[in-house]
Amino acid sequence: MTDAAAPTRETDPLGVSPVAAAMKASLHGDRIYHVLTTAFAAAVPLLLLLIAISIGLAAWPALSLAGLSFITASEWDVAAGQFGAAPAIYGTLVSSAIALVLATPLALGVSIFLSEIAPKWLRQPVGFLVDLLAAIPSVVYGLWGIFVLIPLMRDPVGPFLRETLGLAKTPMFSGPNYGYSMLAAGVILAIMILPFISAVTREVLLAVPRSQREAALALGATRWEMIRDAVLPFARSGIIGGIILGLGRALGETMAVTMLIGNRPEISASLFAPGYTMASLIANEFSEATSDMHLSALMAVGAVLFVVTLIVNAIARWLVWRVTKGAR
Amino acid sequence: MSRRRRQAQSVMMISMTYAAAAIATLPLLLILLHLLREGAAFIRPGFFTEMPMPVGEDGGGMANAIVGTLILVGVASVIGLPIGIGAGMYLAERRGAPFATAVRFLSDVLNGLPSIVLGIFAWEFLVRPFGGFSAMAGGLALGAMMIPLVTRTTEEMIRLVPVSLREAALALGYTRWRTSMTIVLRTALPGIVTGALVAIARIAGETAPLLFTALGNQFWSTSLDEPIAALPLQIFSYAISPYDTAHAQAWAGALVLIAIVLVISLIARYATRSRFGLGGD
Repeated sequence: MTDAAAPTRETDPLGVSPVAAAMKASLHGDRIYHVLTTAFAAAVPLLLLLIAISIGLAAWPALSLAGLSFITASEWDVAAGQFGAAPAIYGTLVSSAIALVLATPLALGVSIFLSEIAPKWLRQPVGFLVDLLAAIPSVVYGLWGIFVLIPLMRDPVGPFLRETLGLAKTPMFSGPNYGYSMLAAGVILAIMILPFISAVTREVLLAVPRSQREAALALGATRWEMIRDAVLPFARSGIIGGIILGLGRALGETMAVTMLIGNRPEISASLFAPGYTMASLIANEFSEATSDMHLSALMAVGAVLFVVTLIVNAIARWLVWRVTKGAR
Repeated sequence: MSRRRRQAQSVMMISMTYAAAAIATLPLLLILLHLLREGAAFIRPGFFTEMPMPVGEDGGGMANAIVGTLILVGVASVIGLPIGIGAGMYLAERRGAPFATAVRFLSDVLNGLPSIVLGIFAWEFLVRPFGGFSAMAGGLALGAMMIPLVTRTTEEMIRLVPVSLREAALALGYTRWRTSMTIVLRTALPGIVTGALVAIARIAGETAPLLFTALGNQFWSTSLDEPIAALPLQIFSYAISPYDTAHAQAWAGALVLIAIVLVISLIARYATRSRFGLGGD
């Protein structure tokens, strides 16, 4: 745009030299301004590239040694020099899955409540409280988890699931229950990603045109039928995007999970068993890693985490963008 | 289905959304109440001015951690704010350009990266080559987290500035850069400050990127090339220690940390609402 404007200004019909000189000087200013802001904008992709390259290079020794078995091998034994990331990958997936299962219906319910149902005076305060969940630092969630959630998991949650609901026989809920477990990590993650899913879902629901709702009501739909048949289908891919965005958060969440999951590199079918996630594995072992290969293996775990969250986020952004682009 | 059954179903589903709202706000209230109950008793003036006591002993404060967090946030702001605001200005002015679209997307990607990944990046970039943990490395990790947050809000705030304002300045003979710097940026400044505050509130409570960059420090240190204490790190190490006195300190620290974060968030929220009238969606 700057370049297109330049010639017309230089062929100033008056041709008064001081004005022309001043304009020339200011066009220099335009150029400098443009170069500077472009440089700042370019810093974002550069930073991302720098992160990818430096982690990739540091991870290379471990990845090239183990090859694909790095993500399939289930033996993580530092002393023996064996680094299989499967338990951490499994733990990351399972704890995030628990979080999604618990948080999605709640987040959907809250968002529908806030965008369609709540009386005006309730919308602000409730929305604010849900948003505040996102402002609580991860380490505070972890602290609360250790002293409140973990005891609750031992009793009454554990006995309730096993005896009252009769799930003790299923492998998912068998074995000893120390409290520190995949399930505890999943529950805290659910609380932590709830505000992210609900924020996106609310935004998407608000993007649904009014006419859509009015048409449904005019056809005789009840309020719920209007939401189910007119609003939700319209917002579907955006809601899915919000859920995936929450998944991205859950995959990489570190502190609260590290403090609650029990940190044991084993794959166990039981949700009461301790586990590990990629992020908590790095958090726990990185500062104690002495051998080069151990460090490189942890960097490789970081690289896997990087790639996974990158893909998950890209999909989520694309889905949300598809719904909201029409509304702007 | 009969009309009555449909109505009943509707009422039931709507009450379920009420229930969802109640359940979703419950954890926040539980956490805040518990924090107040456990932490408030240990907050006294000395908590802000004294150094931590050796493990297992009563008393002591977190003066070094509070100052350390301020320093880390300062370093992060020096890195994150100029880049974030500059990139945001670029994005707002070159809305449709392919490069702008790419930068916007990559900034979202950066925003979605787990903070621990930024931590190992800062370690690889500043700790490994220079042979030691440092406040500088911690600040870099936090600053990298800030960039996408600030970029996003700056872009959105600049877009809120009416085009007519920009056109008026250009028509009066202002050059583009002076229009952007003195008219547009000035008008959007309160919003940009709000965005910066939100970003600061977010990084002030981060622990994971500091674990192997700033590392934490039991002693007084304000130098940028030494390990430095930080409130979240201190809370973490107290929380996982076996001593009750340490747990009490962790609760008190968490209360202070949350108070800092909430106050900054509230200021930011209030400032946006009064200026643009969009505080609550």
